[in-house]
Amino acid sequence: MQTEPVLRLQGVTKRFGALLANDDISLSLHAGEVLALLGENGAGKSTLVSILFGHYVADAGTVEAFGKRLPPGDTRAALAAGIGMVHQHFTLAENLTVLENVMLGLEPLWRLRSRRQAVREQLLRAASAYGLQVDPAARVASLSVGERQRVEILKALVRGSRILILDEPTAVLTPQESESLFMTLEKFTASGLALVFISHKLDEVMRVSDRIVVLKHGRMVLQARTADATKASLAEAMVGNLAQPAPSTAAPIAGGPAGQPLIELERVSMTRPGHAALRDVSLAVLPGEILAIAGVAGNGQQSLARLLSGELAPQHGRLRVGGKRLPVGARHWIDAGVARIPEDRLETGVIGDASLADNAAAHRLRDPAMLRGGWLARRLGVLDRDRIRSEADRIVRSFDVRHVSLSQPIRTLSGGNVQKFIVGRELAREPAVIVANQPTWGLDIGAVAFVHQQLMQARRRGAAVLLISEDLEEIFAIADRIAVMYDGRLSAGMPTAQWDAARIGLAMAGDSPAATPATMGQGMQGTEGIGT
Amino acid sequence: MRLERRETASRTALVLAPLAAIGVTLLVCALLVAWAGAPVGRTYLLLLEGGFGSRFALTETLTRATPLILTGLAVAVAFRARLFNIGAEGQFYAGALAAVAVGGLHQGTGFGLPDSLLYGLMVLAAMGAGALLLIVPAWLKTRLAVDEVVTTLLLNFVALLFVSAMLDGPMKDPTALGWPQSVAIKPELEFGRLLERSRLHSGFLWAIGAALVLQWINRATALGFEMSAVGSNPRAASFLGMRVSAVMLKTAVISGALAGLAGAAEVAGRTGYVTLDMSPGYGYTGIVIAMLAGLSPLRVVVAAIFVAGILVGADSMSRVVGVPNYIADVIVAVSLLTMLVASLLVQYRLRPSRPTGT
Repeated sequence: MQTEPVLRLQGVTKRFGALLANDDISLSLHAGEVLALLGENGAGKSTLVSILFGHYVADAGTVEAFGKRLPPGDTRAALAAGIGMVHQHFTLAENLTVLENVMLGLEPLWRLRSRRQAVREQLLRAASAYGLQVDPAARVASLSVGERQRVEILKALVRGSRILILDEPTAVLTPQESESLFMTLEKFTASGLALVFISHKLDEVMRVSDRIVVLKHGRMVLQARTADATKASLAEAMVGNLAQPAPSTAAPIAGGPAGQPLIELERVSMTRPGHAALRDVSLAVLPGEILAIAGVAGNGQQSLARLLSGELAPQHGRLRVGGKRLPVGARHWIDAGVARIPEDRLETGVIGDASLADNAAAHRLRDPAMLRGGWLARRLGVLDRDRIRSEADRIVRSFDVRHVSLSQPIRTLSGGNVQKFIVGRELAREPAVIVANQPTWGLDIGAVAFVHQQLMQARRRGAAVLLISEDLEEIFAIADRIAVMYDGRLSAGMPTAQWDAARIGLAMAGDSPAATPATMGQGMQGTEGIGT
Repeated sequence: MRLERRETASRTALVLAPLAAIGVTLLVCALLVAWAGAPVGRTYLLLLEGGFGSRFALTETLTRATPLILTGLAVAVAFRARLFNIGAEGQFYAGALAAVAVGGLHQGTGFGLPDSLLYGLMVLAAMGAGALLLIVPAWLKTRLAVDEVVTTLLLNFVALLFVSAMLDGPMKDPTALGWPQSVAIKPELEFGRLLERSRLHSGFLWAIGAALVLQWINRATALGFEMSAVGSNPRAASFLGMRVSAVMLKTAVISGALAGLAGAAEVAGRTGYVTLDMSPGYGYTGIVIAMLAGLSPLRVVVAAIFVAGILVGADSMSRVVGVPNYIADVIVAVSLLTMLVASLLVQYRLRPSRPTGT
């Protein structure tokens, strides 16, 4: 383009410990343009926009808006420079009205007279200019999700934003609401606003953007004009080079997986408030195989994991583990010997304030092996501390958990060591059924390799492993079969060798027969065979 | 300024923090004493003497500490599981009332039961009544997510009004000349005196025993671990197979029973009957004591004796110098605040605020 860019990022780099979240990213944005940031979860999109909005301070690199350099880590300066952000998770006060929400932060604390009337007029002017109808007096609590998003956008507009960052704006919208959002975005660009549109949905990105930047592992792997890009090329860039053939498929156990399925879901459906829905999910995991569930976060994997951890019950359909129906309640699943590795290690997997020793037995407190003394003492639940310590000691030794003492609170360990501890605790009893949800999320390479090795070892001794992961490299490295979850539906599990980057990328973006009609795209190339 | 969690709390800081807290408390209260026009040093000396300085002072302090230890334990066990029982006051009265119902409402016949059995029944009834008064809010919390702070707090007033109704009605002492006072329990059921010429009774031993048992439960048993796990992270506790609601209800039973026992100990050990003013807020002071003790049962005993000593000492001090005995409440309140700040500073450090770099 000929005009000066309104926003320019140069050499932006950000590290979180060992993780390189943004690696030397440079890009620019012009007035009237929509730039799409595309990438998997953890690719660095959110970090990048947080830096340009001043939430984070970059380790290196600069952000310029309208030719002026922004001071790092100063959200007020970013706002003053005309950058507005529409968060995925709305930052609205539900008990206040629309007008009051828009006014929040606009008024100095010590001013006696309110600018209420002036802001109200500004709000109505912006609303009518872009066709964003809202009632300024309505309470936010009474608004629909789409209306709340409108308020978020208006908040930014009233502050005079000329650059709008939209963080996964369609993630919470219905298809109809998304469509009306896209029309609004067109009006924005027509009036000269510049937009950054963050998404991982290929269809939308193709629909609304002028240019596309693909991030992967914090690096810019592709920058292209939308007109020159195809969905297949984007999917491939997003997913990247996958190790082929996968080592697991190269070294299958003798005779391959065989026997009765140890995990079996038959047309399981579940819709509960607060949980992503599951729709008609069927799967079977045989002894000696790893079935991976791929997919973008929020498509029902969490609900599936909680179902298979015994925390929730399916509302429809059948769920069998080891050929049996287990009652709801984590303890029944633990007693049945199901190993469960949860996604959120400190929030779910362990009691952070308790010691390593206590955490080794936390899931087996009523197990006679953990108690000592005579009949009465056992009834009272007197714990066998020596036994528990030796159990903990065995876990930290054989799973190489770096620690100072068994008495230290487990939250003082690093994330990787907590995870090794959990994996050790769950696999110590040689379980036949393993449900691992994001087992290597946020771990360093060494810990990742270790966890993978443990899962594959369990598989070799005949365990059925269900691996839920957003990390495709992980999936391609260790899974025997892969199924993709999108919008609560699960595709059929096909051998890893039959998938490739473009195909799985499209399936994850909902571009397969498993998708709902409303979000299905037109291009169906490369998806034959991915059916339910 | 912002708070930043320390990696490890240093041992010296852990020891010094309570001492520094007490020092600051004395300093702050010294200003008030000086304001009241009394000599600061002498006032503190008299207070100390009045609380701990003689055989009489010491036995009075321990007598006063008895219900405080029990209500302190009741609060400590509940708070550890994040069951915020603000209702120990009401549970105390429920226990006291139940003790009289079993021990005194039989016109001296003892329902024809031997005294030893009646004694056991009286204590059990008191504990049961206290527990019952807490089970209801705990159940509502686990089932309907009703905030137990509100329900337990309001039940205090319900309990007190119920006591008032009973003292004017079925439990009224006909010989009390119109005073709102219940019938007395059978004299044989009263707790024995531990020392000659003192009011110290065997309820103190009940309280010490309860602290030891609770310490043992916390340290040695599965339930003890479950209670703290549910308190620190209910989500993880449930994932790890613990029955969060059941643990919560068990906690409620233990907590309510301890507060009920406090009521029985006051009736059987000190007054012999129930009056409307028999508790100068033991239930509420129990909260202060539990917090002072960092929810540890053994430290509850220490904290309760400290608070009781200040209360008793202030009474005798105020008779000598002109400082009102309300200074005791101020000292206890300020010491709680300084103690909380001190323990916060042990775990966190203050840092000048800066835009977050992470």
